[in-house]
Amino acid sequence: MSETLLTLDRLTKAYPGVVANKDVSFTIGRGEIHALLGENGAGKSTLVKTIYGLVKPDSGTMTLNYAPFAPAEPGAARKAGVAMVFQHFSLFDAMSVAENIMLGMDNPPSPHAIAGEVRRVSHLYGLPLDPDRIVGDLSAGERQRVEIIRCLLQDPKLLIMDEPTSVLTPQEVDILFLTLRKLAAEGTSILYISHKLAEIAALCDNATILRHGQVVATCDPRQTAPREMAELMVGTVLQSPVRTARPEGPILLALKGLSAPAPHRFGTVLHDITITVRAGEVLGIGGVAGNGQDELIAALSGEMPVAPGMVELEGAAIGGDAVNARRAAGLLCAPEERLGHAAAPDMTLTENALLTGSRRKHLERNGFLRWPAATAFAKDIIKTFDVRTPGPGNTARSLSGGNLQKFVIGREIMQNPSVLVVNQPTWGVDASAAVAIRQALLTLADEGAAVIVISQDLDELMEVSDRFCALTDGRLSPARPARGLSVEEIGLMLGGAHDLEVAHVEGHDASSGSLPSQMKQVVQP
Amino acid sequence: MIALDKRPQPSRAWSYAAPVLAVVLTMLVGGILFAALGKNPVEVIRTIFLDPLFSKNAWFYRPQLLIKGAPLVLIAVGLSFGFRAGIWNIGAEGQYIIGALCGAAVGLAFHPMESWLVFPMMIVAGAIGGGLWGLIPGILKVRFGTNEILVSLMLVYVAESLLAAMALGPLKNPEGMGFPGSRNLSQYPSAANLELISGSGMHWGVVAALIAVIFAYVLLARHIFGFQVRLAGQAPRAARFAGVNPARMILICMGLSGALAGLAGMFEVSGPAGQVTIDFNVGYGFTAIIVAFLGRLHPVGILLAGAVMALTYIGGGIAQSNLGLPAAAISLLQGMLLFFLLAVDVLTHYRVRFLNKAVA
Repeated sequence: MSETLLTLDRLTKAYPGVVANKDVSFTIGRGEIHALLGENGAGKSTLVKTIYGLVKPDSGTMTLNYAPFAPAEPGAARKAGVAMVFQHFSLFDAMSVAENIMLGMDNPPSPHAIAGEVRRVSHLYGLPLDPDRIVGDLSAGERQRVEIIRCLLQDPKLLIMDEPTSVLTPQEVDILFLTLRKLAAEGTSILYISHKLAEIAALCDNATILRHGQVVATCDPRQTAPREMAELMVGTVLQSPVRTARPEGPILLALKGLSAPAPHRFGTVLHDITITVRAGEVLGIGGVAGNGQDELIAALSGEMPVAPGMVELEGAAIGGDAVNARRAAGLLCAPEERLGHAAAPDMTLTENALLTGSRRKHLERNGFLRWPAATAFAKDIIKTFDVRTPGPGNTARSLSGGNLQKFVIGREIMQNPSVLVVNQPTWGVDASAAVAIRQALLTLADEGAAVIVISQDLDELMEVSDRFCALTDGRLSPARPARGLSVEEIGLMLGGAHDLEVAHVEGHDASSGSLPSQMKQVVQP
Repeated sequence: MIALDKRPQPSRAWSYAAPVLAVVLTMLVGGILFAALGKNPVEVIRTIFLDPLFSKNAWFYRPQLLIKGAPLVLIAVGLSFGFRAGIWNIGAEGQYIIGALCGAAVGLAFHPMESWLVFPMMIVAGAIGGGLWGLIPGILKVRFGTNEILVSLMLVYVAESLLAAMALGPLKNPEGMGFPGSRNLSQYPSAANLELISGSGMHWGVVAALIAVIFAYVLLARHIFGFQVRLAGQAPRAARFAGVNPARMILICMGLSGALAGLAGMFEVSGPAGQVTIDFNVGYGFTAIIVAFLGRLHPVGILLAGAVMALTYIGGGIAQSNLGLPAAAISLLQGMLLFFLLAVDVLTHYRVRFLNKAVA
């Protein structure tokens, strides 16, 4: 443990206009799980890309195993024993697990040998995976296992994991952590990148915190309060969102047996989704991406029309209405993908304000656009939601993720929706912007709107939701009051059909009252 | 080593400068080509780009500029909507032919009745004919997911065969002593698209082209439809989210570009060409694609690009007759223009950086 594996010494990398890393130094010991913490844009990605040979530092040196280490390309880094699991998987949906793993190898052995190796390694590290399955049919957690096993087959000395848990259910996280601890115990070092502090406290031996490209602190995450680490990351004191107690309002949105076929081959079928949302209420919908989130929001926004009676807004059947008719009626949405879906990347903020605001903000008259009014609306959003940009004439692409997300969410909130549906409102957003967005959603609910938050981030859902339900394989569980829900219970709700027996048994054992029957509904649609 | 860095937003200056630079590069490389053909490059370039405007015979060529430019601009304005929305109508040549056939057929059907109504009806028939021909690839794309590039292009050859059949069959001049080709519409006053001001080259097609430019400008800058067209091209998912129906957008763009191409064909057949003949079409529909891109898909740009392209047609003709330049050299010059424009366009979206070898 005390032996040093990798030493970074004063690494500096500058891009035009921004210094991504400045004099970054730290060491990783053999068998150590080392956390790299920081907000988006703090320089974590640049740093790991440097270690993985994708980026060449301007100055500074690295030492691996007491030898100078300066990989010119990822191949050289892999040869030296560095492996990396990226946040976004690079897998081919139409190919099998074994074929995908072969594609990443420099000198692949026969497919048969690979399949055997995959079985052996997956068994050894408790990562169940069938090498003959088609990747398109795998869950996000299973896809990640493909990536991990691909790395483990190289027998790495250092394994870099970039935000590995963002796509996993709590149970899958537990499995992953067991694997990582086993690897560390065998002497493999792990560089673990995340901004989820609870995980880091549970898993890591040491933590290096980056802010604006510089190391601001090194600490033992088990000894340091999560709040302290968060504030080191952000550099300011974080405010928790506040909310007031509200009386129960009338039902604004009702989904009645909403079902829809998969829109494309790897899409998800929506099965009989039934739920109501009241005025002044925030409904949280949890679940791992790819379980019907995109389809659900498309059915709500009108991009995927369904039978009229399946969606009711204030008693009116609108399931068959087009996008703009729903907007006019007061049902607004903010989809997950900011660039290209919620906003047009190469258009100005004024044009993007017009994109959804034309109807409700009266930015057109008889089809003719009122550009001054659109500019004023964009300026209004920028001001109210503290969007950092020189002005409404800048393109959406030029904004950082957090700022664009504030703009997109702000654009919908400022149209006074009666129902607002947001998908992954703080995905890839820095901590202070995330707090602002959550607060804005709560304020909107306080003012009498119904808000649906679809997210993979359970902490976020627990923070904002009044009621919580889980979306698994296109099925929605009954909603339960979010207050007092334990992580285990949430995990079971998210577990899905393949955990049927476990869920049932644990439900019986763990609690009394109404839980078992509800759990049954979750897993037996 | 040269590296290209993507610009955070496209450079405004370069988007204006690129077409000009493309024209200059075309002149340079074209000059080298002409020199290789054994001609004096300076003289050829001067003949093509300056003689139509400033030589002592310019009084004859200048009206030709409007006559050649009008169909190019009219077709290119229509195409620009589809191109902006990511809908690739390559078959304007076919829509141009069908528009001419429909317009001429209506005119010929009324021969020799004199009425002021005949010409307006021909205009409507030309637009509808071209529009429907353009809708065929549109409907096939929406209904069956076919590729509109291939279908619209292949329909050009169908239209050409139809043109030949019409010129030899139903539309053939009964008093034409068996020669292929229809009656001459310019000799039928009610159906003739004559010069509005004698000697100016100004005919109804020129008026239509100018009106189209103004309409397109207003539509793109001030109307929700123009906004939706741009949105559909830049971010299709965002367009759906903004309430744009992709199928309707395809049909509108294909129909609109087809209708304008049909109009151009109608004005040509009733005016400068005068009659339906086997070789009526001379490639305006294809050249208009270059005009649309050279004009940055912007109505005013298209007007200027149409003028430049008309210049190469006329100047190329002069160079052919006076300097003995092969016709293919002129087509090559026009193709080069698009080629260089696309190449230079890299500068609009990317910043060029020269790397020091020692660092790399």
